[in-house]
Amino acid sequence: MKISVASGKGGTGKTLVATSLALSLIKNNPSVQLLDCDVEEPNVHLFLDQEPINETTVSLPIPKINEDLCQHCGKCTEICRFNAITLLKDTILIFPDVCHSCSACWHFCPTGALEPSPREVGTVQISQSGKLKLITGRLNLGVHASPPVIKAVRGAIDTDTVTIIDGPPGSSCPVMAAVEETDYCILVTEPTPFGLNDLSLAVEMLKVLNVPCGVIINRDVPGNHLIDDYCQEKGLPILLRIPLDTEIARAYAKGIPLVKSSPVWTEKFIDLYQQVTQEVTK
Amino acid sequence: MLIAVSAFGKNQDSEVNPRLGRCEYFVLYDTDTDKYSSIDNTGRFSQGAAGIATASLLSNQKVQVVITGNIGPNAYTALEAAGIEVFTGAKGTAQDVIKDYQKDLLSKANAPNVGPHGR
Repeated sequence: MKISVASGKGGTGKTLVATSLALSLIKNNPSVQLLDCDVEEPNVHLFLDQEPINETTVSLPIPKINEDLCQHCGKCTEICRFNAITLLKDTILIFPDVCHSCSACWHFCPTGALEPSPREVGTVQISQSGKLKLITGRLNLGVHASPPVIKAVRGAIDTDTVTIIDGPPGSSCPVMAAVEETDYCILVTEPTPFGLNDLSLAVEMLKVLNVPCGVIINRDVPGNHLIDDYCQEKGLPILLRIPLDTEIARAYAKGIPLVKSSPVWTEKFIDLYQQVTQEVTK
Repeated sequence: MLIAVSAFGKNQDSEVNPRLGRCEYFVLYDTDTDKYSSIDNTGRFSQGAAGIATASLLSNQKVQVVITGNIGPNAYTALEAAGIEVFTGAKGTAQDVIKDYQKDLLSKANAPNVGPHGR
């Protein structure tokens, strides 16, 4: 079972839900994997005591020029739709940060002057916290290539183990890389117009990816029906409500997961998992 | 020598467009013949990294000096490689800033003065 956690809007409680869900599931499972796919700012590690196991780098191929073979024909600059390689007089210039690693330039170079060379874009760190294995993706500073790092994190899992994926905010490529081909996506939102707007974008995205989803309302306030009305209209289940509560916020701000600061939540997250399992097998 | 000014229009009275990679036109001035002309900046239609495409266009046109408002890191790297001098912070009409350039009143860019756009 692979469950992703997304939200649309940032700061709604994805990591709160992902950490507490994973920590609850280790009660009934021999092991659980928690993936931090918010590679631009991974923060799950702040909530867990862990022992590092290993770290690998994520590289993408970018073109490298052999000046001796280049005849300055300009074929590579014609073929590159991103302007990542350009010919200025007799100089070939390569812009690594603009390159999408599509391979067209070295494929079409008539003299074999271009060849792929690895460019490090991020790292994947694996650590163990009791029965919980944490896999963290981290994008290098100044690099724009989140999806390849996210895919590398997802490629590091043991497919037979229950997997919880903490995704990035938004509803564009990085989130899609984190949620695609998961069995279910939990959308964490807050009952505000911003929360609702970005939730609806995330729901549309999941429809395209054909990933079933349900909603957790975080910072829930009695009497506010903003999210309830939307979920009813769209036929989305509300899986859990986490109230607006300064005690929860205070403990979380100290780096204590919800199920540790308030163990009564463990059962609620186990119930949540059962609800999700039922939704998936429905 | 050919000077290019990033501009909103096609003639010497056109205002300088402070954006290099996404400007509509370049007003060209040939110091040898004292004549103005213009080119459409096709680089601006790039999905991303318009500054690189624009620099390539200017290099192909044999431009030697570029006058603009701002220049980003990609365009700067490309123009530097092409041996094209860049002057930034220009304001007014194309004709005015070319006169300013000739009176040595413009500041030559030694580095990009804005970050990358559009990502």
